[in-house]
Amino acid sequence: MFGEFTEALFSIFFIETLINGLLLGGVLALLSLGLNLIFGVIDVVWICYAEIIMLGMYTIFFLHVEGGLPLIVAAAGGIGVTALLGWMTHRFVIAYLLDAAPINQLLATGGLLFFFQGAAMVAFGIEFRNLGISLGSLAITEDIYLSWTRLSSFTIAAGVVVVLYLFLKRSYLGAAIRAISQDREIMVLMGVNTKRLYLLTSMIGGGLAGLAAILLALQYDIHPFIGLSFGPITFVICVMGGLGNLVGGFLAAFIFSELITIGGYFADLEWGYVMAFVFFITAMFIRPEGLFQKKS
Amino acid sequence: MLTLTNIVAGYGGFRALFNISLNVTAGEAVAVIGPNGAGKTTLMRVISGLIPAESGAIDMEGVSVLDTAPYGIINMGIAHVPENRRLFGRMSVEDNLRMGCFTPQFRDRFEERKTFVYELFPRMKERRNQMAGTLSGGEQQMCAIGRALMSDPRILLMDEPSAGLAPVIVQQVFSLIERIRADGLTVLIVEQNVKQVLRVVNRAYVLESGRLKMEGSAAELLESPAIQKSFMGM
Amino acid sequence: MNNSFSIIAIGAALLVFPLLGFGGYPLHLVIVILIWSFAYTAWSIMGRFGLVSLGHGAFMAIGGYVTALLWNELGLSPWFGIPTALLCAALVAIIVGYPCFRFRIIGHYFALVTLALSEVVRQVTMATRDITGGSLGYTPERHGDGWSVWAIQFPDDRVVFYYIALAVWAGGIVIWRLVDQSMERYALEAISEDEDASAAVGVKVTREKLKITVLSAVMTAFSGAIYCQYQLFISPDTIGGVGISLQIVFAVVVGGIYSALGPTVGAIITLLLAEVLRIWVGTAEVCISEKICLNVAGIPLLVYGIMLIVFIIFLPKGIVGTIADKWAKRAATMKREQTFRAEGS
Repeated sequence: MFGEFTEALFSIFFIETLINGLLLGGVLALLSLGLNLIFGVIDVVWICYAEIIMLGMYTIFFLHVEGGLPLIVAAAGGIGVTALLGWMTHRFVIAYLLDAAPINQLLATGGLLFFFQGAAMVAFGIEFRNLGISLGSLAITEDIYLSWTRLSSFTIAAGVVVVLYLFLKRSYLGAAIRAISQDREIMVLMGVNTKRLYLLTSMIGGGLAGLAAILLALQYDIHPFIGLSFGPITFVICVMGGLGNLVGGFLAAFIFSELITIGGYFADLEWGYVMAFVFFITAMFIRPEGLFQKKS
Repeated sequence: MLTLTNIVAGYGGFRALFNISLNVTAGEAVAVIGPNGAGKTTLMRVISGLIPAESGAIDMEGVSVLDTAPYGIINMGIAHVPENRRLFGRMSVEDNLRMGCFTPQFRDRFEERKTFVYELFPRMKERRNQMAGTLSGGEQQMCAIGRALMSDPRILLMDEPSAGLAPVIVQQVFSLIERIRADGLTVLIVEQNVKQVLRVVNRAYVLESGRLKMEGSAAELLESPAIQKSFMGM
Repeated sequence: MNNSFSIIAIGAALLVFPLLGFGGYPLHLVIVILIWSFAYTAWSIMGRFGLVSLGHGAFMAIGGYVTALLWNELGLSPWFGIPTALLCAALVAIIVGYPCFRFRIIGHYFALVTLALSEVVRQVTMATRDITGGSLGYTPERHGDGWSVWAIQFPDDRVVFYYIALAVWAGGIVIWRLVDQSMERYALEAISEDEDASAAVGVKVTREKLKITVLSAVMTAFSGAIYCQYQLFISPDTIGGVGISLQIVFAVVVGGIYSALGPTVGAIITLLLAEVLRIWVGTAEVCISEKICLNVAGIPLLVYGIMLIVFIIFLPKGIVGTIADKWAKRAATMKREQTFRAEGS
């Protein structure tokens, strides 16, 4: 049995799995970016983030498949809708709870979770939808095939991370967003309208969800409750990387995705998730503030 | 330039300022001195919009400050160096300066003002890419002052610039303030270190338990036996 | 005096309720409300001390699945299966809780760790689908055709289960009361105010937190087991998962977290509302135009979500809590007026 194990470990398929893990990591990293941005700046966790992504996926589906619009346009529409949803989440829910207990903020976004699920069910029904786009695979060697969808997801995710990084480092708004997470109170002295900055950050967070929606829509079916399948993973990645830590979340995403894919290689996919979650729970005990958070 | 009339302010149910009236004319340097808990910081925060005033008026060159949204006050030319510096610790010195001229009104002049501030504080230029949180106390104060200067303010509000600094550093900070004053910048300083601050200002008010007890020129106050006894332990 | 009388009156009403001939459906509703009330009460026992768990679905699932699995696979009667399930829940609570409390994981982080736990249990259920049936659900095997005390199955006869559910629910309230009047309650309140200060005065923080967590977990698991025996069907999403975990928290928020009957009030309101909406709205597809058809089955969920947001923003203390507040204020005002009058005359 051990011999089988080592054989499996060094097989070409394991290497393919590792690479696939990296590619999945790209998508998960993107998922965690928006959540981390919002938490880092506004100090709230949107439990409904995955549901916003789900609504973005539906938007893309309807614009492209039912509406016949080119995928690029549908994608832009998806991002627009999710950015708007992000804005609305802050404007109509979070803004009233900025001084409430953190757990109340969490629960309110939980209410939004149900609201979005219900709305999706009403508007779109419960059949599984699919974008129906298959991009085929790229053969790296004779035996290793990587799906184009996964590859483009990774590339887009990496690109977005770079763009976001540049935005935060080089632009005035980016500087303000970085600053407000460090000292909210004196932003007023810099002439910053904190309310508007929060709304802008929420919009960006929503927009990032839209981007994630595009990537996920290319690979998975769309259903009102799919948020429940990648929501918890996203939170866990963010917490593991240190809530609010963009770089930490990014790295944690890759650790996680490798665990999931490797676990899925040796056993059922679900065991991969179990492994990842158990790793998370264990990691929490070793480093409660997140694996990559600098101890302040 | 800046006039406060009968300002009453506080926190929640607690009143910290009672009918404060003072003024600063263009080109002047004015200090507000007083013991701990007198309300000096509250005064600064009311002027810069961090806390609202219960009643009274604040006038900046003819425009009412209390009627302006707090985030618009910097556009009136009022820049505030907060108590304890309040730098953005995980951002570079230069990024902190950048935040000083954040509003569109000031952004175009970033390069020009940056050069000005670096000339004033060469050490800031050396450390421009260093994270502000890693600077020494004195350097942080310089950085905070520099940040406030980025918007080329009409009046500079300084809240306890000597707080938490070693005496040698405090000397340096006040020398810097003198240099800034040399260009004719209007300044309102709130300070506990009476000896140092009276060196650099024209006039001063004495604030005690939320009320103005005395007013006079710096020279007068330095001579005053009451001041010498209360604040300079003589 | 008033209180005891009303308690006896309500108690009597509850006892004779099934015999009043209301029929199967209302009885079913009440049973479901009673069982969930017990689950919500179980959660609130730790929730009221600031230990907000978003993963109690995990314990409910453990309670239901372990009992059912032991019955089907090993023929172990629920009389032994349920205690085993409770033991499992306690173990899980300790394994996850101990490090959490030892390393001071609180607030957001604690909530998300419990969320992860809920997910782990759900994923394990799915991964072992060959045994557990995965998302298709699991059914305990019928033992004979009718009643079976040995198997704790009383299909087709709601009356017996009504009394079981009533006893369980009442037991939950009693336990809540006992905790409320215990020394541990003050220790836990101190801990939730300031952990460091409590530790400094000698409160064994980790142990107290662990005790209340295990109690809450075991009670919740019990509710899962009872639910399984009643419905004779469980699935990962009806007895566990994030949705259930959130549902538990919300019902308590709506009803009120600091009172014994708060969770029950929350259960009545949320479950009745869901039921009313479900019936009223139906499951039809309503087509506005040729291409746009709406599935009204989602409306209850939608309304549920809005309701919860509204409650969090405007009534964070829940219905019972807000009313209790108002009464307290009124009592204080009346007392002040009385004192004025007394002093004036």
